Amino acid sequence: MAHGHTVKRYSGLMDWLTTVDHKKIGILYLIAGGLFFLIGGLEAILIRLQLWKPLNDFVSPDTYNELLTMHGTTMIFLAAMPLLFALMNAIVPLQIGARDVAFPFVNALGFWTFFFGGLLLNISWFTGGAPDAGWTSYVPLATNTYSQNHGVDYYVLGLQIAGIGTLVGGINFLVTIINMRAPGMSFMRMPMFTWTAFITSALILFAFPALTVGLVALMFDRLFSANFFEVSNGGNAVLWEHIFWIFGHPEVYILILPAFGIISEVISTFSRKRLFGYSSMVFATVLIGFLGFMVWAHHMFTVGLGPIANALFSIATMLIAVPTGIKIFNWLFTMWGGSIKFTAANLFAVGFVPTFVMGGVTGVMLAAAPADFQYHDSYFVVAHFHYVIVGGLVLGIFSGLHYWWPKMFGRMLSEGLGKLTFWTFFIGFHLTFFVQHFLGLLGMPRRIYTYQDGLDFNLMNLISTVGALLMGIGTIIFLINIVVTAVKPKNAAADPWEDGRTLEWAIPSPAPEYNFLQTPLVRGYDALWKEKMDGNKGMTPAEPIGPIHMPSPSILPFVMSLGLFITGFGLMYSHYIIAGAGLLITFGCMFLRSIFDDHGFHIEPEELKDKGVKA
Amino acid sequence: MSAHSHVDGQLPHEPEKATLEGRNKVLGFWLFLGGETVLFGTLFAAYLALRNQVGDGNPTSQELFDLGLVAVATFILLTSSLTSVFAIQAMHKNQVKPMLIWLAVTVLLGLGFLGLEIYEFVHYVHAGHGFTTSAFSSSFYTLVGFHGAHVAFGVVWITILIFQVLRKGLNVVTAPKVYVAGMYWHFIDVVWVFIFTVVYLMGKVG
Repeated sequence: MAHGHTVKRYSGLMDWLTTVDHKKIGILYLIAGGLFFLIGGLEAILIRLQLWKPLNDFVSPDTYNELLTMHGTTMIFLAAMPLLFALMNAIVPLQIGARDVAFPFVNALGFWTFFFGGLLLNISWFTGGAPDAGWTSYVPLATNTYSQNHGVDYYVLGLQIAGIGTLVGGINFLVTIINMRAPGMSFMRMPMFTWTAFITSALILFAFPALTVGLVALMFDRLFSANFFEVSNGGNAVLWEHIFWIFGHPEVYILILPAFGIISEVISTFSRKRLFGYSSMVFATVLIGFLGFMVWAHHMFTVGLGPIANALFSIATMLIAVPTGIKIFNWLFTMWGGSIKFTAANLFAVGFVPTFVMGGVTGVMLAAAPADFQYHDSYFVVAHFHYVIVGGLVLGIFSGLHYWWPKMFGRMLSEGLGKLTFWTFFIGFHLTFFVQHFLGLLGMPRRIYTYQDGLDFNLMNLISTVGALLMGIGTIIFLINIVVTAVKPKNAAADPWEDGRTLEWAIPSPAPEYNFLQTPLVRGYDALWKEKMDGNKGMTPAEPIGPIHMPSPSILPFVMSLGLFITGFGLMYSHYIIAGAGLLITFGCMFLRSIFDDHGFHIEPEELKDKGVKA
Repeated sequence: MSAHSHVDGQLPHEPEKATLEGRNKVLGFWLFLGGETVLFGTLFAAYLALRNQVGDGNPTSQELFDLGLVAVATFILLTSSLTSVFAIQAMHKNQVKPMLIWLAVTVLLGLGFLGLEIYEFVHYVHAGHGFTTSAFSSSFYTLVGFHGAHVAFGVVWITILIFQVLRKGLNVVTAPKVYVAGMYWHFIDVVWVFIFTVVYLMGKVG
């Protein structure tokens, strides 16, 4: 094709609104997910301040319910997943030696729908009440009868819109990993993080549509008087629980698998050793993903499904401990005999291992159905899932951010501040949640806004609140680290840890727009490490230097998502003209995208030379 | 990696898979259909859980459903799947005009199906089977309506594609679009086979 296409290249804000570059989209995910993480964290601290002493009246019961619901919903959907998507976007294409993702436009669309969905959900704070039926939004509590303001409407519509973004993002990663790998990058040579991103994307693909249907049904019940969950008209409240958890249980594996991937990369790099048992790691990841769909009813042991169902789901749940155990031992054996460097990233990774084991152990305890009748809806459950999600996922994200920050931004985070972040956050985390196991065993129910004096709850709740504040301080130190780093010169080396094993360390930091000047030839697992061991300076190119085709930037993903956002508002307040107008905007953008071909543009070799890029 | 490298020359045998963009599109769409399968699976599950919750005095599925009408609708939709196959076959032979004609026939059959479905729904509402009547009615309209909305979307989509091919011709950019729309059309056809069985046949005799 002709190389004469001139594509308008934007700068400043418009550059960020129109970008289809996976690395920039990764940064957008990081900023938005980080903001939501701060909001969710603030909500958590308010919760803990309310609970620091018995019969406290710091917030009202209604506000407490809103804080509790929004903390869970925000952290899962708007903080944890986007932060993982940030790392997946920034790193996965680099790790497989790809110039780009399979669907750059769809990638941008995924980000903007997530962003507008999250925005819609959080606007509820200012329009008469946030959702207050828990992050699981169980019916009948979430139906019109018991939840009369618009809070749950915001939940239903906000999550629906954000969910579209997650789903298309998942498809994008699946196709990218299947179709866009560099020559020689076979599946069994893919880095662990890419593998976990792959399996997580598959879980997203098969789990999120179930949530879509659940949210549609709840929306129809609330907005159009349908009867899915209206028991008086034949509806079924347990149906919601099934649909929610058929999505919801795979969701927790969607969250934790990429964290497993990050930990594998970091531990292997900083032990200067090949990941122990790579094939069994891959196998364990696939198996966890598969079993993740077989265990949803362990959230419903006390519903009354009967002993056979409970026994089956109990056994299936315990089975997951086997592949997870494989992973734990593989990490330990990777460290065994390695020359370990305790960088901030590696501290988070090493701290992750015992913490996650503790969450896993309580998980197996909860999987025993008869015992679960004791633990159910108590703080024991709260302690368990915070151990796996904060102690697992959030430590993993921190580890990944410290590890890949130079590759994303070209600057090294301060190691000293990073280690300080680790110790404050890590100690704060265990202070907060370790005691909650015992609070639960003593009988403190979850989701209550206060408790009586004289139940032996006081001291442990106080400890828990102090720990939460410490975690808050840890997060602030991390923010300070970001600011301090941002003013430093952009001088990170291509392989700043000097022990980089995978392809992302073979290219400059931050990665150039086109990632690889020449697509690399992959000759084995740990592609870069293999070249280093063979005495080569870098990767062998698989192609001569030539013009590089790039996709054009586009504002359409932003406008499409804005349309859905407007539709959400219209539906909620029964202004169907506004809802229709929003849909018209969205479908109009789809139409425009379909009829106008994106020819993209080429970066010519001469241009590359002008910029002084090394081959 | 240019999408247009074949435009001037002979169109390759499988133009939808001639470029990386095309292969990405086809694979991505297969995966999307996997997600759609879960979506409809969940809708079916909800319907199966609620289909006997009719409520006092409301018409039951046995009283409502007319297998004759549904059989005609099924026949029309299955035929449209066949015509979309003819369209893709014509595409593989690089015969643009027959391809467009078969696509147009597919669209017309889709419209016929939609007309019958609208007629059916209006008839049900008059028989006292509204969206808010019972859990059975809500889940029925949601499941069958979701499918109907998919058909409607497909009709609009294929129509747009017909005009695109008329304007731009058949090349390695438009061919994957047509191919993917064909996959979509087969998928909603398969979903209908399940709706016919699970909703209508089981509703009549089950």
